[in-house]
Amino acid sequence: MFQRIIILTFVCFSAITFAAPANKDLFFSEALYYAYQEKYFDAISKIDAELGQYYGLDEPELNSLYFYLNQAEFSIGDFELYYRMHKRAGRAIKSVLEGNVKDTVRNDAAYRLAKIYHQKQQPINALHTIQRIKGEVPDKIKYDLKLLKAQIFISNNMFSDAIELLSSIENAPAVDGYASYNLAIAYIGNNETTKGIIQLDKTGLINSSDKAVLAIRDKANLVLGYKLMENKQPERAIKYFERIRLDGPFSNRALLGSGWAALAEKKYKKAIVPWRILAKRNVTNQSVQEVLLGLPFAYGKLEVYGKAAILYGNALAAYSKELKKLDDSIKNIREGKFLEAVVREEYRKDKNWLINLRNLPDAPETHYLMQLLASNDFQESLKNYFDLDDLEKKISSWDGYLDSYTEIIKHRKNYYTPLFPGMQEKFRLLDSRMKLRLAQRKKIADRLSKMLIAPRPDYLAKVDERLALNKIHSIEKKYKSSSNPNSAKITARIKRLKGVINWNIETEYQERFTEADKNLQLLNKHIDELKTRYRTFVRTRQAATQSYMGYDDQIAQLKNRMRFADEKIKLLLARQGHMLELMSINELEKRRKRIEELQIKARFSLAESYDRAVKKQQNIELEQEKNGRLKKETDIKPDDKKVTGDK
Amino acid sequence: MNKIQTVFIGLILLLIPLSCWSAELTREQIKGLDEQVQDIKKDVLAISAELQTLEEKLLYPSTSQISLFVSTGNEQSYSPDAVQIKIDGKKVMHYIYSFKEIDALRRGGVQRIFTGNILGGNHTLDIRVIGRMGGSKTKRKASYTIKKGIGPKLVEIKLGSGSSAIKIVDQ
Repeated sequence: MFQRIIILTFVCFSAITFAAPANKDLFFSEALYYAYQEKYFDAISKIDAELGQYYGLDEPELNSLYFYLNQAEFSIGDFELYYRMHKRAGRAIKSVLEGNVKDTVRNDAAYRLAKIYHQKQQPINALHTIQRIKGEVPDKIKYDLKLLKAQIFISNNMFSDAIELLSSIENAPAVDGYASYNLAIAYIGNNETTKGIIQLDKTGLINSSDKAVLAIRDKANLVLGYKLMENKQPERAIKYFERIRLDGPFSNRALLGSGWAALAEKKYKKAIVPWRILAKRNVTNQSVQEVLLGLPFAYGKLEVYGKAAILYGNALAAYSKELKKLDDSIKNIREGKFLEAVVREEYRKDKNWLINLRNLPDAPETHYLMQLLASNDFQESLKNYFDLDDLEKKISSWDGYLDSYTEIIKHRKNYYTPLFPGMQEKFRLLDSRMKLRLAQRKKIADRLSKMLIAPRPDYLAKVDERLALNKIHSIEKKYKSSSNPNSAKITARIKRLKGVINWNIETEYQERFTEADKNLQLLNKHIDELKTRYRTFVRTRQAATQSYMGYDDQIAQLKNRMRFADEKIKLLLARQGHMLELMSINELEKRRKRIEELQIKARFSLAESYDRAVKKQQNIELEQEKNGRLKKETDIKPDDKKVTGDK
Repeated sequence: MNKIQTVFIGLILLLIPLSCWSAELTREQIKGLDEQVQDIKKDVLAISAELQTLEEKLLYPSTSQISLFVSTGNEQSYSPDAVQIKIDGKKVMHYIYSFKEIDALRRGGVQRIFTGNILGGNHTLDIRVIGRMGGSKTKRKASYTIKKGIGPKLVEIKLGSGSSAIKIVDQ
């Protein structure tokens, strides 16, 4: 049993060890380094370059990226998503939806993709994407994913599905407020208005210290308040407007609504209270501009015409000032000052650059654009503008690089060209000598390996022994056919001599064979060194050649591509900039039109207030006159009596 | 005739900006432009990748290329402030880290701190690191011998706390 456990443990351990990559891929990790700093362009471009080289390899499985290939292929799509490259046919979509990575990683990216589609008001794409999320989901987005799915259902008019999903997460702390609010919207969308109102009421009572949740609570109360106003139930609406915090993002609209609700109830004094607070706030706000007209209207209802006339006068002055400001802003935008101000580096480096746009010193129009700045279309357009601006700068700097490369290539060519012919000649000589020596070595190695099977002592004869044997052979030949009487004696001596030499060779055969093998090993070592030097030489020669040859076409093509890209970027930059300016101007024009309407109303109301004030004054005077006369008459009568009496 | 033409062109020129500024934006226009921006991003990314390969081939051929990488792992208690690197006694890099870069290193990113050219054979690599361990400042140095062969030389410098504060992984 114990043995089994050991074997099982070993098997498991081996599997883990086998699955783990031997080395980290430094270039892929470098791409991650940029991605973690949100420099997605650099990250994508580095992985692209690395993958390009990897796919050009003869044996890619020997490269360290081999172990990270799936991750790299997925990451490239993932980073493209972060870089807002989510085109339907793009590789980001393919990688994110079909990537061969862990479920949690893929689903996290798919969630982000669905969110982008949802924000860009492409509900069908968003639905298709979110429906492809299967398997394990990362804990951090578990509830956010459900909320997003429900919101996508709402966008696609699938209210029943949204209600079912939102009901299941309504009380989850991670989506506190949001699920509840969206559930109310889903009920209203599903024509279950009563349930929707109850749900909004419930959302409007959520207790939290989170600013975002408090904002959604305020929003629920505001929506409910205005809904009740629409349904002509102002007495109920007041309660919801009063629930909204006075320092929250919806406070201005709440104060305005509260006043209108009181006014509808003919509680004019009650309407004045919130409106007076609102009237003191920033006049660029639409609700504040509305209340400048509402406040004197309430005073008018209270028949305080003088005060009303003064306030209408103030409103007219404020409107004129704001119209002037708006005209200046529109002029500034048309002159390109707005874009000049927003693309400044110092603003973009700040994490809160979008919020800081409110305080751009040279662009007063941004105060009026807060609502627009908060919209997804504007933000995305602005980010695109920034990206294009960055791309333009990159292309411009790369153009300089290519000029430098051309210069380097020219210098290298001038240096190497005269050196090559001499170097080539020497190399040819060295190459032929090396080939000869390698052939010799091979012959010796073959012989030694054959001698292991069939010993050949003669192959191991030393030089002096070989010379002696040669000499003996020639003497032997000479005396073989000789009639010399001493030939028998000489032949015997020759045999003895041959015998001595062969004896030595035979008896020392093992030692000599070992010695020969050792020498061959030593030779192999030298040969290896020689080969390395040879390879280095070949590679250096190749590197020298490659350092200036074969770049002209590539550089020319790159230059062309860069020129086309630059022209296109400039065009798109102008179009994107124009679009942003148009969005801003449209917004400002809309606000301008509204102020003009308010101005006309204010003028009429001012005149009317004067009339009423004058009329009231006249009435008072008439009344006073009448009263005076009456008093006079009553005063006179006793006097008359007195006079009469006196008489 | 010429006068009429001039007046007519003048009128058109006057009208162009007006029509330009008064246009209403549609969702399709916004989407269309967004997609064109995505297309140009794709083109520029392709140029960038090719340029990187060209740069490497041209400026740092494999026979002489050396690349030094810095990693820290996910150790939270240690963060490098600055790194100085010398090859054969010659200063090749002095780098000061930003908060974002330290965070990227901690999350597993690896920084290519230096790419250059050296001759084949042995070389001395001197590394000095100033960092923070908990709240206190630390200064560390280490020296290694690296061997440059035919192929590109990749060296990972692992920074961290503990006994092996600076570790070299010769790839």
